[in-house]
Amino acid sequence: MREKIARLQGDALTLGYDKKIVAEALSVTIPDGELTVIIGPNACGKSTLLRALSRLAPPLKGQVLLDGEAISRLSTKEVARRLGLLPQSSQAPSGISVSELVARGRYPHQPLFGRWRDEDEAAVQQAMRATGVADIAAQPVDQLSGGQRQRVWIAMVLAQQTPLLLLDEPTTWLDITHQIELLELMQDLNQQHGRTLVVVLHDLNQACRYATHLIAMRSGQIVAEGRPSEIITPELIETVYGLRCVIVEDPVAHTPMIVPLGRGRN
Amino acid sequence: MNRAMIQAIWLLALCALLAFLGVTRGALPVTAAQLWQLVNGEAARNVQLIVLEWRLPRVAMALLIGAALGISGAIFQSLLRNPLGSPDILGFNTGAYSGVLVALMLFHQTSEIITLAALIGGVLTAALVYLFAWRNGVETFRLIIVGISVRALLMALNGWLIISASLEAALSAGLWSAGSLNGITWAKTPPVIAVLLLALLLTSLLARRMRLMEMGDDTACALGVPVERTRLWLMLLGVVLTAASTALAGPISFVALLAPQIARRLCGGIKGALPLAALCGALLLLAADYAAQHLFLPYQLPVGVITVSLGGLYLIALLVREARRQ
Repeated sequence: MREKIARLQGDALTLGYDKKIVAEALSVTIPDGELTVIIGPNACGKSTLLRALSRLAPPLKGQVLLDGEAISRLSTKEVARRLGLLPQSSQAPSGISVSELVARGRYPHQPLFGRWRDEDEAAVQQAMRATGVADIAAQPVDQLSGGQRQRVWIAMVLAQQTPLLLLDEPTTWLDITHQIELLELMQDLNQQHGRTLVVVLHDLNQACRYATHLIAMRSGQIVAEGRPSEIITPELIETVYGLRCVIVEDPVAHTPMIVPLGRGRN
Repeated sequence: MNRAMIQAIWLLALCALLAFLGVTRGALPVTAAQLWQLVNGEAARNVQLIVLEWRLPRVAMALLIGAALGISGAIFQSLLRNPLGSPDILGFNTGAYSGVLVALMLFHQTSEIITLAALIGGVLTAALVYLFAWRNGVETFRLIIVGISVRALLMALNGWLIISASLEAALSAGLWSAGSLNGITWAKTPPVIAVLLLALLLTSLLARRMRLMEMGDDTACALGVPVERTRLWLMLLGVVLTAASTALAGPISFVALLAPQIARRLCGGIKGALPLAALCGALLLLAADYAAQHLFLPYQLPVGVITVSLGGLYLIALLVREARRQ
């Protein structure tokens, strides 16, 4: 039996920008059907890796494979039908309404002179319901709160209806309630809709709680990967972050929870 | 029917009204009845000559060139995300006019060669401005400053070219150097019309990508827009629209700057901003040209003088608003 290869892979990547090398010989496999979270300290190369995997920033060496093909050889519109991405920053055009913005997610599916089809409308409606923005569909995006706006952007990516979804620090700028809402939305997308997600997160405990597959990075290298409950140890956290901590069990989700020791306590 | 469509109908109606005034008013007034006779092919010879050969090409080209300038401005303002990032401020039409002047002095003055020279001048100027502004990428603000200075240099060059030309060439070129629609005949228009229509068609194909790129390069790329290639094409189209217009009418300023901004205010959003920018440009140039011909009788001003004055008023208004805000 032929072994099934993962849809998204990075092969011997050298990553960097402006002559600065961030990572060398980095190979990574994104397991299908999992919610992968990439963690690591600032400047460890996690966002750069995500940008390379999503063809935003091509690697200096090596290649990213999407369904076994070099992503650089595929047309960017073809990639956009298979892989959705929420970048760190996007600007909403002034005056655009929520439903208009979400509708832009349908661009990769529309031919040059494409009319708006029923399936486009259905995808937009579904995306807005999933993110809870259907009620504010007619409102201008400018006038929304940060949390609402972030959900609108995610709705746009969902309207793309891609089997693969990459999100670069989607919880930044959100308060804790909206962070949890968003993470649970991602969990639903993974568990109920079978989508493969790759998310860069800063909060370790959230990462452990929601990831089904965790990738821990440090200075451009993958230090450990696997289920959070299997790989998270005080030693790993100290290696990755240089932080001494104890690991307890999350009383609700029963996942590992990191409690830093802080100064002067052994 | 959405707001943009209603505004578009208003603008079209105003354009039609001004076009009617444009072909009927003048030293020899033409009545509506005579115009109707003309449509039925029963008009007198002199009416035919005045309307079809003298006034119609001027009105038609004011509309087309105005629309082209409006779209050109909308393209650059969208790409640079700055209201001052317009081809006339950046000096692209001045550069195209340098091309025209060189062609006038060195070659036979066929309209094909003049159009080609304007395109070369415009594209070279754009490349030059871009090159000077490049420092690990192009920052909008630096691009605008570099554009303004290149424009100043080119204006000096144009002045020198006119002075060193023969008296006859200098007189016609000098009158034209503010941008003018005087003396346009059908014979001069075919190459410009062809280039403008082609560029407008290609722009309409890229319009959707342009809107997506306003959300940032990353987001546009994520949605499947080939960002760098699209940007290059749009810039080329923007320069071509401005340069081809300059080949026929000289460096008309401020239509490209003003039209997209008025369009933006009118439609209040993003739907239909590009067609509205074209309509605003067409209306603006037609109105300015009508004013240039009729307001200061017995003198006929070049239309560029009117548009520059409008632009000056607009910039003052902008300054006043900024000052009040602070």
